[in-house]
Amino acid sequence: MPTLIIKNRSGIGKTIEAASGRSLMETLREAGFDELLALCGGCCSCATCHVHVEAGALARLPKMSDDENDLLEATSSRDELSRLSCQIEVSDALEGAVITIADED
Amino acid sequence: MDRTDVLIIGAGHAGAQAAIALRQGGYTGTVAILGDEPELPYERPPLSKDYLSGDKTFDRILIRPASFWEERKIAMRLNRRVVAVDAEAHEVSLSDGSQHGYGSLIWATGGSPRMLSCAGYDLKGVHSVRTRADVDRIMRELETTQRVAIIGGGYIGLEAAAVLTKLGKKVVLLEALDRVLARVAGPDLSSFYEAEHRAHGVDLRTQVKVACIVGQDGKASGVRLHDGEIVPADMVIVGIGIIPAVEPLLAAGAAGNNGVQIDAQCRTTLPDVYAIGDCAAHANRYAEGATLRLESVQNANDQAIIAAKCLLGLAVAYDAVPWFWSNQYDLKLQTVGLSIGHDQTVLRGELAARSFSVIYLLQGRVIALDCVNAVRDYVQGRKLVVDGAKLDPGALRDTSRQLKDIAA
Repeated sequence: MPTLIIKNRSGIGKTIEAASGRSLMETLREAGFDELLALCGGCCSCATCHVHVEAGALARLPKMSDDENDLLEATSSRDELSRLSCQIEVSDALEGAVITIADED
Repeated sequence: MDRTDVLIIGAGHAGAQAAIALRQGGYTGTVAILGDEPELPYERPPLSKDYLSGDKTFDRILIRPASFWEERKIAMRLNRRVVAVDAEAHEVSLSDGSQHGYGSLIWATGGSPRMLSCAGYDLKGVHSVRTRADVDRIMRELETTQRVAIIGGGYIGLEAAAVLTKLGKKVVLLEALDRVLARVAGPDLSSFYEAEHRAHGVDLRTQVKVACIVGQDGKASGVRLHDGEIVPADMVIVGIGIIPAVEPLLAAGAAGNNGVQIDAQCRTTLPDVYAIGDCAAHANRYAEGATLRLESVQNANDQAIIAAKCLLGLAVAYDAVPWFWSNQYDLKLQTVGLSIGHDQTVLRGELAARSFSVIYLLQGRVIALDCVNAVRDYVQGRKLVVDGAKLDPGALRDTSRQLKDIAA
């Protein structure tokens, strides 16, 4: 049950307890963050669950797939911290991480 | 009588997103969503994929948790249908006999599955795939089901075939036209998917007409074809499209025919009545301005946001590029644009490699792409569709270059 700090688009942070095993996208949706559209429901077919993951935590996550990388290319606010939250499984690797919901395209 | 400033009819993707967008935009009036199913808003696409296969439980496909709607003061009035609209009085009549008044109405009812019109259509064991209840019924019966006949080779039928084959069922898929996906894709994509399904053991037949569903003791036992052959089946799944649920609106005087007609602000011809999603017929820039309905999450979501912004007093117009996805076996199909009306297709990549794109052109302009296991083409192709890029077909075929470089 890692603790995460989620920042919305206004920069307001909220601390949440996340259940291990679920995707980060599902976790954010369950926690009521309405900015995350996640339109394809988590099957890596769109890029509407884009987040920025704090560098330290990002380095502890498994590398992204080519598909995820390509989809992120379509977003206007991509940077080196960008990930699709549906492709991240919540685990202790994320303990304490700051996750920022990316700007809308 | 209940009354809310905004009343949203339909608790699907469109209705849910309209309410979310209103609150996100700072709307402080009262908002209610009225739905004819007992469920809170949930994602429909997994019904023919991860939910049917058992890979995802229902709580995982909820669009938002129950607490979300409460916190944002979005009232959920479920399990009831609108039977009549009084546009002048700003009031709807519900299936439970009550009335509900509104300041503005957002009609987001989607559609109901088209039923077979032949004998046996209502036998036990004949199913649609549109609601959670439909799929729960299918799942309950699956244990005692060996053979499934699927009528209709559209996305619903093909996705169901993929899941049921994987679950070990013997699947026959019956398509009336000469190819699957005929309404939405070109022949290259159709023949590719036909071959894939056959390779996975589906008995896929095109140009077959269904005469009736045959049964025993009130339960389906097979599908009789026009030539007299009976395809034995313990279960029949019908995926032959939807009928937009707009009858009460049209009866109230709204313009429309196949769906209810809306303008670029998602307004119907009735005062203070908007319509969004599968049921809304609109002029689409990506169909050369032709009026059509789009049955997709993209359209539901984007039109919901337009209607919400209009109610918030913002000047907006619907102009979103259509996109869609379908997962079957290990094939990820992503489409962007609308291929209807194309006059040329370009195959980029090899079908045999199971990673390729079909690029649709109209008068030399790229109007759509169907990308199979080709996410990069999908992402880069979107810009070509939005720009209406005119590119040489020979160049588009060249997989040694990325689409964005070809367009540069």
